Amino acid sequence: MPTTQVEGIAISPLLWRYFVKPLTEKSEREVANLEDDDFVVRTVMKINSEIDGAYVFSSGKNMGAFKGVGNPGEIARFFKIEEYDGYIWTGHTRFPTNTPGWWGGAHPFTLLDWSIVHNGEISSYGINKRYLEMYGYKLTLLTDTEVVTYLFDLLVRRHGLDIETACTALAAPFWKNIDDMPNDEKEEMTALRMIYGSALMNGPFSILFGHSKGLVGFNDRIKLRPLVAATKGKTVYMASEESAIREICSSPEKVWSPRAGEPVIVELEI
Amino acid sequence: MFKSLSLPEFLAKIDPVKCIKCKRCINNCGWSVYSWGGDKVLIDTFKCVNCLRCYHYCPEEAITILDNPVKYRKNANWGYYNIRNLKKQADTGGIPLTGMGSDMPYPVLFDSLLIDACQVTNPSIDPLREPMELRTYLGKKPAKLEFEKAKGGKSKLKTKMPPQIKLEMPFIFAPMSYGSISLNAQKTLAIAAKELGIVMNTGEGGLHEDIYPYRSNIIVQVASGRFGVNPDYLNAGVAVEIKIGQGAKPGIGGHLPGEKIPLDIAKTRMIPVGTDAISPAPQHDIYSIEDLRQLIYAIKEATNYTKPVSVKIAAVHNVAAIASGIVRAGADIVYIDGFRGGTGAAPSVIRDHLGIPIEHALAAVDERLRQEGIRNEASIIAAGGIRSSADAAKAIALGADAVALGTSALITMGCTVCGKCYTGNCSWGITTQRPELTVRLDPEVYAERLINLIHAWSHELKEILGALGVNAIESLRGSRERLRGVGLDSHTLDILGVKPAGR
Ligand code: SF4
Ligand code: SF4
Repeated sequence: MPTTQVEGIAISPLLWRYFVKPLTEKSEREVANLEDDDFVVRTVMKINSEIDGAYVFSSGKNMGAFKGVGNPGEIARFFKIEEYDGYIWTGHTRFPTNTPGWWGGAHPFTLLDWSIVHNGEISSYGINKRYLEMYGYKLTLLTDTEVVTYLFDLLVRRHGLDIETACTALAAPFWKNIDDMPNDEKEEMTALRMIYGSALMNGPFSILFGHSKGLVGFNDRIKLRPLVAATKGKTVYMASEESAIREICSSPEKVWSPRAGEPVIVELEI
Repeated sequence: MFKSLSLPEFLAKIDPVKCIKCKRCINNCGWSVYSWGGDKVLIDTFKCVNCLRCYHYCPEEAITILDNPVKYRKNANWGYYNIRNLKKQADTGGIPLTGMGSDMPYPVLFDSLLIDACQVTNPSIDPLREPMELRTYLGKKPAKLEFEKAKGGKSKLKTKMPPQIKLEMPFIFAPMSYGSISLNAQKTLAIAAKELGIVMNTGEGGLHEDIYPYRSNIIVQVASGRFGVNPDYLNAGVAVEIKIGQGAKPGIGGHLPGEKIPLDIAKTRMIPVGTDAISPAPQHDIYSIEDLRQLIYAIKEATNYTKPVSVKIAAVHNVAAIASGIVRAGADIVYIDGFRGGTGAAPSVIRDHLGIPIEHALAAVDERLRQEGIRNEASIIAAGGIRSSADAAKAIALGADAVALGTSALITMGCTVCGKCYTGNCSWGITTQRPELTVRLDPEVYAERLINLIHAWSHELKEILGALGVNAIESLRGSRERLRGVGLDSHTLDILGVKPAGR
């Protein structure tokens, strides 16, 4: 992985980047009939949980994660991000609240082409983790944000929900609102909550979910963390605070605060 | 000659100065402790069970019930109950019976578990300001939700939801049959269940016509005696439960003697008046898991797949594997009854020595179903020793979808857990069929008290959720990360899937 010496980052893990092609002979994979993506996910889980000290930070096709312990500027320079082009960027820095900073525990958390950055805490982590474990996910990165990435992987990729429905499952409407919905919608929401109760993310969060076809911003169902969105021309900006948006786009055309639990879904124009 | 060589357990006393000789104690005592001696109340303290009915109904507070100060010599090995039961057996040659859950001092793991709370990094939520959701659905949940394209390109729900029991809060009333409890006690449960938006369970005694109006809040039970079971009965409630076992008496059946089968109970059970109502130990058509599957599907056929089928088992050593089999056999709900669960009548030796606690059983079952990837296939009801909303919260965190309340519900009706239900003399009119006793239990009045209890527990649960920083019960369900053990050994912690406090 191309990096450079940066003052302020005295030590770093050994970082390797491989461009790999999943084994083509399906019989060579541990379990036959695995799709490429499932095979990659399994391999990531295996490395993370079985090889002491080794972690996969990034396993996407057209997506990279640059993360570490240090100031954001230093990390950017360390990874030489000026050498990369991208149509979606997410950035994140934090005060390590519950766990001391470590390279694996930094944001984003990625799997395949899913990437999550997160401000807040998932108070329902305990059950979200056990729910994911039932589907073979292994949570090894010692932080709650990891569940968000895997929940999206499960709901969107494996269960085939569209992104909006997945977001609705993760930050579900309250029963009192569901009870007032027209019948079709009520039935749909009731089923969604019954089936995905253990995936409900509870606690304060605002989240940016990046994937190869777009970007989603959403926050918890009672908006315990801020989320602001803005547009200028064909570009969309989202951040916890408006000041962060104005830092890169000083005069946005439209700025708004999405309502609690209501996702802002941006699709790439191709 | 002596009356008995076993000591009276309690000493009933009347203060002669305070007593106004109103004789209420004589009328109120179901066990005939008191009688009129011409000028004063006579006391046969051997009969006293300390149910405290007389105490509450004495207008002068003239009555005291003491532990009998006359005791066998202190002995760490030969305790009171060892000696007493032995003497009783020497008197009669029979099996001493008992009622309610075991009173033996086995450790209660709920009392060694503590719940987490939010501080600083994750905010707690104020249940008085924010919505807190307790609604719970019991039944099979598909693993995923599927949509299909409908006309006009709109997507439409494709997944058919299996039938569910909707509960406004994660509590249900435990099965207690008409026969083991009075009709008034059952009515009290039914009225409260309807008002609260939860369910009661008929137990194995059939469904009395007075309970029919509450059918949308009733689970009907099919046990080994098959009392009162016919297609109408199966379709009468919101779900059907197959009773395999009961926590207080795993592996053994039940026996309601003919004297306790008057016309009304006989009609409800669909048996002749005065015949013994015998529930065999096993269901005579279930000798394997395949047989259970047949019965589950026979019931599903009979109810046209509109009702979830629950299977109730006692918590025994191999409960995890048994529960897994039950789920694979097609059950929508697994009801696990821990060994501390109550009973109307059981041999002491069985109640006090067979089975395992609900905490261990629940933890093992939830974990096993997850390992096998079938936890969504059935809901889990935990029962057998839920004494408070804290116990309920801990059970839910260990993995229960809902908890069942038997003894707790009866306590709101006056029960003092005296444990003498098997005598049929319950002074509170609960576990008796004597009309002069059952009239005391006014269902409307006592339902109010039961509703109060469940409201209070619901408020407490909401406070706990708020302190945990979550606003829906499903975020607590199975979230063992929010529990810590105090003073538990590492094996127990491992079984519970809980870390020790401080870690
Ligand atoms: S109820 Fe109380 S006051 Fe009345 S006879 Fe009994 S002991 Fe005396
Ligand atoms: S129901 Fe009646 S007999 Fe049974 S324990 Fe309670 S008070 Fe005693």
